[in-house]
Amino acid sequence: MIKNNRLTAEQYQHNFSDIKPPFETQDAALVEANRCLFCYDAPCTKACPTSIDVPKFIKQITTYNVKGSAHTIFQSNIMGAGCSKVCPVEKLCEGACVYNLMEEPPIPIAKLQRYSTEKAIDNNWQYFERKKSNGKKVAIIGAGPAGLSCAHVLSREGVDVTIYEKENKGGGLMTYGIAAYKVTPQFCEDEVNYILEIGGIEIKYNQELGKNISLEELQKNYDAVYLAFGVGLANKLNIPGEDLEGVEDAITFIYNLRSKTYKDINVGDKVAVIGMGMTAIDAATQAKRLGSKEVTMVYRRTEAEKSCTQHELDIARLDGCATLWLAAPKEIIGENGKVKALVCDVMKLGQPDAKGKPTPTPTGETVTLNVDMVIKATGQNPFTVLVSGYGIDNAKGKININQSATNVSKVFAGGDCVNGGKEVVDAVQAGKDGANAILKFMMNVK
Amino acid sequence: MADISSNFLGIKSPNPFWLASAPPTDKKINVLRAYEAGWGGVVWKTLGSQVKNVSSRYSSVDYHGSRVMGFNNIELISDRPLDINLKEITEVVKLFPDRAMIVSLMADSTREAWHELIKKCEDAGAMGFELNFGCPHGMTERGLGAAVGQDPEIAKMVVEWVMEKATIPVITKLTPNVHSVVPTGKACVEAGTNALSLINTIQSVTGVDLDTLVPNPYVAGKSVFGGYCGPAVKPIALKFLTTIAQNNITKKVPISGIGGISTWRDAVEFMLLGSSTVQVCTAAMKHGFRIVEDMCEGLNNWMDEKGFKTLNDFIGKSVNNITHWEDLDINYHHVANINEDKCIHCGLCYITCEDTSHQAINLSYGDPYNTYTIKEQDCVGCNLCKLVCPVDNCITMVEKRVAPEYINWKMWQEQGLPLNDH
Ligand SMILES: Cc1cc2nc3c(=O)[nH]c(=O)nc-3n(C[C@H](O)[C@H](O)[C@H](O)COP(=O)(O)OP(=O)(O)OC[C@H]3O[C@@H](n4cnc5c(N)ncnc54)[C@H](O)[C@@H]3O)c2cc1C
Ligand SMILES: Cc1cc2nc3c(=O)[nH]c(=O)nc-3n(C[C@H](O)[C@H](O)[C@H](O)COP(=O)(O)O)c2cc1C
Ligand code: SF4
Ligand code: SF4
Ligand code: SF4
Repeated sequence: MIKNNRLTAEQYQHNFSDIKPPFETQDAALVEANRCLFCYDAPCTKACPTSIDVPKFIKQITTYNVKGSAHTIFQSNIMGAGCSKVCPVEKLCEGACVYNLMEEPPIPIAKLQRYSTEKAIDNNWQYFERKKSNGKKVAIIGAGPAGLSCAHVLSREGVDVTIYEKENKGGGLMTYGIAAYKVTPQFCEDEVNYILEIGGIEIKYNQELGKNISLEELQKNYDAVYLAFGVGLANKLNIPGEDLEGVEDAITFIYNLRSKTYKDINVGDKVAVIGMGMTAIDAATQAKRLGSKEVTMVYRRTEAEKSCTQHELDIARLDGCATLWLAAPKEIIGENGKVKALVCDVMKLGQPDAKGKPTPTPTGETVTLNVDMVIKATGQNPFTVLVSGYGIDNAKGKININQSATNVSKVFAGGDCVNGGKEVVDAVQAGKDGANAILKFMMNVK
Repeated sequence: MADISSNFLGIKSPNPFWLASAPPTDKKINVLRAYEAGWGGVVWKTLGSQVKNVSSRYSSVDYHGSRVMGFNNIELISDRPLDINLKEITEVVKLFPDRAMIVSLMADSTREAWHELIKKCEDAGAMGFELNFGCPHGMTERGLGAAVGQDPEIAKMVVEWVMEKATIPVITKLTPNVHSVVPTGKACVEAGTNALSLINTIQSVTGVDLDTLVPNPYVAGKSVFGGYCGPAVKPIALKFLTTIAQNNITKKVPISGIGGISTWRDAVEFMLLGSSTVQVCTAAMKHGFRIVEDMCEGLNNWMDEKGFKTLNDFIGKSVNNITHWEDLDINYHHVANINEDKCIHCGLCYITCEDTSHQAINLSYGDPYNTYTIKEQDCVGCNLCKLVCPVDNCITMVEKRVAPEYINWKMWQEQGLPLNDH
C-alpha cells in the first residue's frame, strides 16, 4: 500500500541526518591534514573537475590559515562547500590520492574541504570583490550549479547578471535533487546566499524559459545568454502499465522529498526502482529511509556494468535495498488502476555496444516482482523540445557547444543540459568555462 | 640474549639507560617509579642552595602535527630542602641497590660549599657525582651552571675542589652553549674528573605567541631564554659528543651521552659515537617511564642481530668514521634510483630536485599520475630526493665510482684535476 507518515519524527530525523558528518574538532582535522604529502602536480587536483589546489588548501589548514584555505577552494570552485558534501570523491580527488597506491586510506579531502568552507560560510568570509560595473548584461537560465558558477565569475568582472529560474529557490538539483542526507535545504539556501553576496547578480524566480520568457527577448536585451537549465524528468520506460497509480518518476519523487516534509511523502510497502545510476541509488535509499518495507533495484545488466560507484551501491545495500541483476522491465501489472506487480525479462549479456558496455538481450524467461510502487530512474530526459524549438544544435536534446558557445548567436550553454547529467562539480566547471567564453565574446563585440 | 648491563667507573646498572638530572629524578616518588619501570639508574636532580621557581616553566616546538619535537624549560636546580633530598636518596638506594644513583651538584662558588655538599651526599649513599656546569638559565646570573662551564679556567678550579674531597666517581656535565665543548672538557679532565657527560640544554626561544606577542614560556607578560632539549637537539649533541670522543685528552675518560634520546636507536647512535651510558629527560617527560621497556628490548635485539655480546663490543665503534672533509674520497659517487613499483607518484623528489638541487629528475606527464625518472648524468648524488620520498626504500642510492682509486681534495689540487665546468 502506498502511504505517507510511516515513521516517527525521531526516525525521520535519524534516517535523514548527515551521512558524512564533519570533523568535530580542529585537532581531528589537523591529524588528517598533516597526513597530506603536499604532492607536486597533485593527482587529486588533476582528478578534480574544477582543479582545486588540494595540497595548498590542506597545507593551509595545518598552518591555521583556515581563511586562506577556503579562499584557495573558492578560487577554483565557488560551490566548494556544497561539493565537499555531494561529490562522489571515490571516483574523483580521493580516488586519485597517492595514498591509495600505498594501500592506505586516502586523505579525506572532501571532509577537509568541508572543514574550511563551512567556517567561511558560517563567518561569511567574503573573498571576491566585484569590479566596477562595466555596463555589460548577461542573462542566465537556471540558478543551478552551472548558472551560479557562471554568474559569479561574470559578476567578479563587473558584468550585470540576471538569472531566470523556474522554481522559487536557487541551487538547482543541489536544492531539489540531491539526497536529503547529503545536504539540507538550509545549507543550500546559505550557499546560494553566500554566492550572491558578491552583488551584481539578480535572480528572478518563477520565470521559465519557453513560458514566461523567450530566447529572442533575451538575445535582444542582453549582451549574451547562458543556458544552464539542466535536464528534465526521468526517461519513460515505454512499457504497458506505465500510467498506473504508483508508477513515479525518480526526479519527481526526490523533488517532493526535498521540498516537502518527510511525513507527507508517499511511499509503497514494496518498491521497485528501475536503474542503477546515482539517481536510482538515491531513490532506493530514500524510499527505504521513508519507511518502505522492501526496496529492490532492478538493472538489465550485471553489477560489473553499474554506473553508480561501489561506494553508493554499498550505501543502498547497508540501507537494506535488494538488487536484481539482468532484469529489464517488460510490463507493470495493475489492479483497480494501482500497481500490483512488475514483470521483467530475464536478460543475458551480449556483444559490447559503442561505449563498450555489453548489450543485454532477453533470454525469453521472465521474473515477476510483487510491488506496489515503481520508481523510474533510467537516466534523465533532456529538454529536447525546448532546445530544438529555438534552433539550437543538439544531440537527442543535449546541447552541442564549441567552447561553451552554441550555434545560436550570443547563446552559450553548460552543465547538465550539455553533458546530459553528470555531477555538481562538472557543472561548476562548465559555468566557469561559460563565463570565460562569454567575457571573451563580449570583449570582441564592443 | 646479549648482556646489556653497564659498568661505568665501577657504578653498575642493569642497563645503560639513566634518567638525566631533571624533574623525573627530583624526588623519591618519581625515582621509585622509574626503577620499577626498569631504568638502570638516575642522576638525581641538581642539589645546591635551595632556589625558588616560577610559573609557567616549559614550552615546546611542535612540527607537522608532532608535539614536543623540541622542549624548553626555565626551571632552576632543585627547589626542595637539601635534607629532604638527602633522606630520600638514602631511602631509594636502600630499596634499589642495583641501580646507579648519581647525584648532580651545583654548590655555591666556594671550596667550602662544594666540600660540604659532597660530604653530605656521600653520606646519603650517592654512588657518583655529576657536576652541573651546564644549566643555561637562572643559575648563570648567579655565576653558576653554564657560567662555570663556559670558562675552562673556572671549570678547572671547581673540578679541582671537588676532586680534593670526593671519594666516589665524578662526572662533569658540559654545556653546549659554547663554540666548542673541547676546551672546558680538556680542562676538567686535566683537573681530574673521572668522566664527562654532555649535553645540557641549549639556550633558546621556542616561539612567540601570535596573540599576546609574548614569547614562550609565559610568566606574567614576560619570558626569558630557556634551555632547549628533546629530539630537535640530538644532532647537535652527537656532534659535541664526537668532538669529545675524538680529542686525545678528553677521550681518556668515559662519557655519558645526553640530548634528544628517545628510543633505543638514538641510544645506540650515542654509544657508537662514544657514550658508555646514555641519559634521557625529555622523552620520559613526554611519555612517562614506560619507554624504557622498548629501549632495553630493542637494544638487546639489535645486539643479537649484529653479534655484539656486551656493550663494550660496540661502544665507540663509529667514532673514527667521522673524519675531516679534506680526507673524503672524491672519486666516490652514487646516483639516485627510483623503484617504479614502489613509487606513488607524489612528485616530491622531482620538485625538490628541480627547484633546489640539480634538475636531475625527469617528469613525464600522465593523468593523473606522472612518471619520474632519474637523469643519471645530472645526478650529483646529494640524497635530497631520497630524503623527501615518503616511501621507504623507493629511492635508493646506487654506487657508481668515478674511478677505483682513493683521491682527496688535496691530492686533487696537487694533480691539477679539473673542476666543474657548468
Ligand atoms: C537524484 C539526483 C541525485 C544527484 N546526486 C548528486 C550527487 O550526490 N553529487 C553530485 O555531484 N551530483 C549529483 N547529481 C547531479 C547534479 O545535481 C547535477 O549534475 C547538477 O545539479 C547540474 O547542474 P546544472 O546547473 O547543470 O543543472 P541543475 O542543477 O539541474 O539546474 C538547472 C536549473 O535550471 C532551472 N530550469 C530548468 N528549466 C528551466 C527553464 N526552462 N527556465 C528557467 N529555469 C529552468 C531548474 O529549476 C534548475 O534550478 C544528482 C542528480 C540527481 C538527479
Ligand atoms: C625541566 C628540565 C629541568 C632540568 N634540570 C636540570 C638540572 O637540574 N640539572 C642538570 O644538570 N640538567 C637539567 N636539565 C637538563 C637535562 O638533564 C638534559 O641534559 C637535557 O634535557 C637534554 O636531554 P633530553 O634531550 O633527553 O631532554 C633539565 C632539563 C629539563 C627539561
Ligand atoms: S570539488 Fe569535489 S572533486 Fe574537487 S576537490 Fe572538492 S571534493 Fe574533490
Ligand atoms: S594526492 Fe593525497 S597526499 Fe597528495 S596532495 Fe593530494 S590529498 Fe595530499
Ligand atoms: S618522491 Fe618517491 S614516491 Fe614520490 S614521486 Fe619521487 S620516487 Fe615516487
